[in-house]
Amino acid sequence: MGHEPHEQQHTGHVVSYGHYALIWFGLLALTGTTVALAGFSLGRWIIITALTIASIKTALVLNIFMHLRSEERMFRVFVAVAVLTLVIFLVLTFFDYAFH
Amino acid sequence: MGMWLFLFTELILFGGLFIVYAVYRFSYPTEFQLAAKELDTFVGTVNTIILLTSSLTVAMSLTAIQQRRKGFAAALVGTTIVLALAFLVNKYFEWGHKIELGIYPRSPELLTRPSGEILYFGLYYTMTGLHALHVVVGIAVLAVMMVWILRGKITGDSFVRLESGALYWHLVDIIWIFLFPLFYLLH
Repeated sequence: MGHEPHEQQHTGHVVSYGHYALIWFGLLALTGTTVALAGFSLGRWIIITALTIASIKTALVLNIFMHLRSEERMFRVFVAVAVLTLVIFLVLTFFDYAFH
Repeated sequence: MGMWLFLFTELILFGGLFIVYAVYRFSYPTEFQLAAKELDTFVGTVNTIILLTSSLTVAMSLTAIQQRRKGFAAALVGTTIVLALAFLVNKYFEWGHKIELGIYPRSPELLTRPSGEILYFGLYYTMTGLHALHVVVGIAVLAVMMVWILRGKITGDSFVRLESGALYWHLVDIIWIFLFPLFYLLH
């Protein structure tokens, strides 16, 4: 896409219905997995697995449904920085509470 | 682009609340686990499926409008609105049931409980309430999108507005993707 900036305007990213449906199916499967895992006593791991699955689901929605994958690289970096900042705050909070 | 900037501010709003949740969860791990058991996982799962499906239909409406299938695009946005309403109806009954059981902010029943559970339900009402408010706004946004499609303001050549509306709706979905495990599953 980068070689043909004039092409990017509006014709670039028509995603097929089938592709969307496939992603939707994946999202439902991940939801089923996270609900099923909640039935087991995984202790502390339950938070990690639940948040990992939620993050994978978010990545699918961001990249496919929200077309982030076909955005410009610089823009994707912006989004990544915003998300990472929040993750860093959460991780710092975690360590602060876990070890004192 | 403008919509993405707005989504960043939403990230800060909900991100702050998620940090508050994390702090209290670490402070009161057992109370949070006990309180989470009281939420209905089935209703939460159904609402998750509803929102994921609504994200699918609004995403597909963009493909439809690009293929210049105006009626189909409008129908897909309409389906998204119906699913959003179904989500709210579920939420209404879920909250109603909790309130019937005497579990609502500052209720006599709740105030007899340990502070960790009071905080859990306070966060539950705040975060799912704020999210539900976003669903209500989303319904209004989607309704405007549908009218614009039908009136030819959104077309196969000019669909940036529908793209922005869809982005907002996907964010509402993403927030729920995190709210669901944090309140319904971590027990």
